[in-house]
Amino acid sequence: MSTPTSGTTAAERPARRPTSEHGTDEKPVLEAKGLVKLFGRVVGLRGVDLRLFPGEVLAVIGDNGAGKSTLIKCLSGAMAPDQGSIAIDGKPVKLRSTQEAREAGIETVYQTLAVAPALDIASNLYLAREIRRKGFAGSVLRMLDTKAMREHASRHIKELGISTLQNINQSVETLSGGQRQVVAVARTGAFGSKIAILDEPTAALGVRETAQVLRLVRDLRDRGLGVILISHNMPNVFETADRVHIQRLGGCAGVISPQTHSMQDAVAIMTGAMTVPESEQSLR
Amino acid sequence: MTQTASDAPASAEDLLSRKHGPAERIQHVLHRNPALSPLIVLILAIIVFGIISQGFLRPQALSLLVQQMAVVGALAVGQTVIILTAGIDLSIGMAMVLASLVMVKLNHDHGVPGVIALLIGVVVAVATGAFNGFLVTRIHLPPFIVTLGTFSIFTAISLLYAQGQTVALDPGAFLLWTGRTISVGSVSITWGVILMLILYAVVAFALRNTAWGRHLYATGDDRDAAELAGIQTSRVLLSAYVVAGLAVAAAAWIVCGRVGGADPNAGLNYNLLSITAVVIGGTSLFGGRGLVVGTLIGALIVQVFNSGLALAGVDPNYQVLATGILVILAVSVDQWIRRVKA
Repeated sequence: MSTPTSGTTAAERPARRPTSEHGTDEKPVLEAKGLVKLFGRVVGLRGVDLRLFPGEVLAVIGDNGAGKSTLIKCLSGAMAPDQGSIAIDGKPVKLRSTQEAREAGIETVYQTLAVAPALDIASNLYLAREIRRKGFAGSVLRMLDTKAMREHASRHIKELGISTLQNINQSVETLSGGQRQVVAVARTGAFGSKIAILDEPTAALGVRETAQVLRLVRDLRDRGLGVILISHNMPNVFETADRVHIQRLGGCAGVISPQTHSMQDAVAIMTGAMTVPESEQSLR
Repeated sequence: MTQTASDAPASAEDLLSRKHGPAERIQHVLHRNPALSPLIVLILAIIVFGIISQGFLRPQALSLLVQQMAVVGALAVGQTVIILTAGIDLSIGMAMVLASLVMVKLNHDHGVPGVIALLIGVVVAVATGAFNGFLVTRIHLPPFIVTLGTFSIFTAISLLYAQGQTVALDPGAFLLWTGRTISVGSVSITWGVILMLILYAVVAFALRNTAWGRHLYATGDDRDAAELAGIQTSRVLLSAYVVAGLAVAAAAWIVCGRVGGADPNAGLNYNLLSITAVVIGGTSLFGGRGLVVGTLIGALIVQVFNSGLALAGVDPNYQVLATGILVILAVSVDQWIRRVKA
C-alpha cells in the first residue's frame, strides 16, 4: 500500500505540510542509523534506524522494555549509543549531553516533567538559558533581564494560543497537570529548535488537558518542527501522528502510517503477532 | 456514622461559587510572600517583649541585640543558600570556629599581620565549604552525612590546633575591627553588623537577579528537573557550598571582634542557631523556597526571644525552650503553606 494523500484524520489538518506529501525531495531533519546500546548483557537497542522529517509527528510506540526510552535518551543526548550515527540536517553530530542536543536544535520534554514548580512560567520557559542584561550588569554581574523574559514568554504563549495561562508570573506549582505540561511543551518551541521529543506528554492528564497538549503538538508540527511523540495511548498516537515507529525487543519492528494500518495492526506488530513487509512501511 | 446530606455542600455549583475562606486567603498571601509570616512574628515579639520586659525597647538594648545576632546572622546566610538546595550544613559553626582560630592564632601566636591572617582565614573557610561541596557533588553523599562527618573533623582539628585553649587577641588588633562600634546618638552598631548586612544584600541580590540564583532555586526545587532543563546542578551545588564558605569567613571575622579572640568550644551552638534562623525565617528544608531576608528576620526573632526573656528575668533554660517551640511552629506553618491550592 502506498501512502494515500487523504484520510479521515488528514481532513482535519488542512494544508499543514508545505512540501510534498511523499517527501522524496525532502531531507530528514533527524536521521539515526544503526543505533546500538548495551547494558551489560541486556540489549537496549539492536541497531535501530529512525528518520524524522520537518513538519511531521513521528510517534514511537512499543511495549515496556522494547527500547523506547533508550532510543529517546540516545536522541536527546541523555545517553550515548555504543554504536551508530545521528545526523541533524544531514550533518553527523555527537550528542554527549542534553545541553549539546539542545544546542543542536533538539528539545526534549521528559515524562518526569522537567519544570521547577516554585518558579514562575517565564522563569521555567527560560530555565538554563536566561536572558541577561546588556553590558556590565549582564556580563559581569550576570544580572537577568526579567522584563524581557516575561515579555517574550507572554508573546510566545499567546502565539501558541494557550489562553488558559493568563498570568506569566504565576508559579508553576499552582497550575494543573495539563497546564504544566503545556508549559513544558511550549518550551520546546520557544528557542528556534528543529526537533521536539515529547516523552509521554499526555500520561496522567485528563481528556480536555490531553486535547490541549495534542493541539500544541500539532501546532509545533505546523510551525515546521519535526516532532517525536512517545506514547502508550494508542488513540492519541493515531489521532496525532503522521507516521508510527514501532519498537519491539530493542529493534524497529516497522514504521507504519495511521492511514494504512489500524490500531489493532499496531498492537499486533508491537507484540510480534504480525510483521510489516518493507513495501507496506511508511519510511518516506 | 453516616453523614446527612445537609452536611455536604448542596451542589457542585455551590462548591464552585464558594468564596475562599479567610484561612485560605491568608495561606495564599503567605505562600506568595515567604518572608511575611516571620516578619509578623518579629513585630509581635517586639511588641510583647516591649510590654513585659523592662527597658527592652531602649536603643541601647536594641543595639546590643543586633550586635549579638551578627555572628549567627552571617552564618545563617550561608546556611540559607545550602538549605535552598535542599541540603543542610551541620558543620557551619565548627568551620567558623576553625577559621577564626586560624585568623587569631596566626596573628597572635605567629605574628602574621592582621590582614594576611584574615585572608588565610578566608581561604580556610572557603576550603571547608568547598570540601563539603566536593563530597556532596563528586562522591554523591547526602549533605546531612557529609556535614555530620565534617562537623567532627573540623571540631577535632580546631581542638588539636588550639590545644583546647581559648586564644585572645591583643587590644587594637586589626581582627578586632568588626567589634568596633559606630554610634549615632544612643544607637551603636558594630562594623561586624554592617559586614553582616552587606553579606545579606549581596546574596539577596545574587539570588534574585542572577541566573545563578535562578538555577540554585531550580536545583533545590527539583534537581532532576533542573538537570534535564540543562542546568549543571553539580556545579550549582558546589557553588552553594563555596558561598557558604564565604559566609563562614565573614562570621569568623565577626566572632573575632565580638569575643575578642577565638574559642574552640563555641561552634555547636552556632550550628543549631543558624539552622534555626533559616527555618524560622520561612525557608523550606525541602529546598527551592525561601529568601535570605526571611533568614535575617529569623535570626532577629531568635535574638529578640533570648534578649527579651533574659531582660524579663526568666530562667535561661526557657530561652532554649522558646527557640525549640518556635522552630516547630515555623516548620508547621511552612508545611501548611506548601499545601496551598491554586
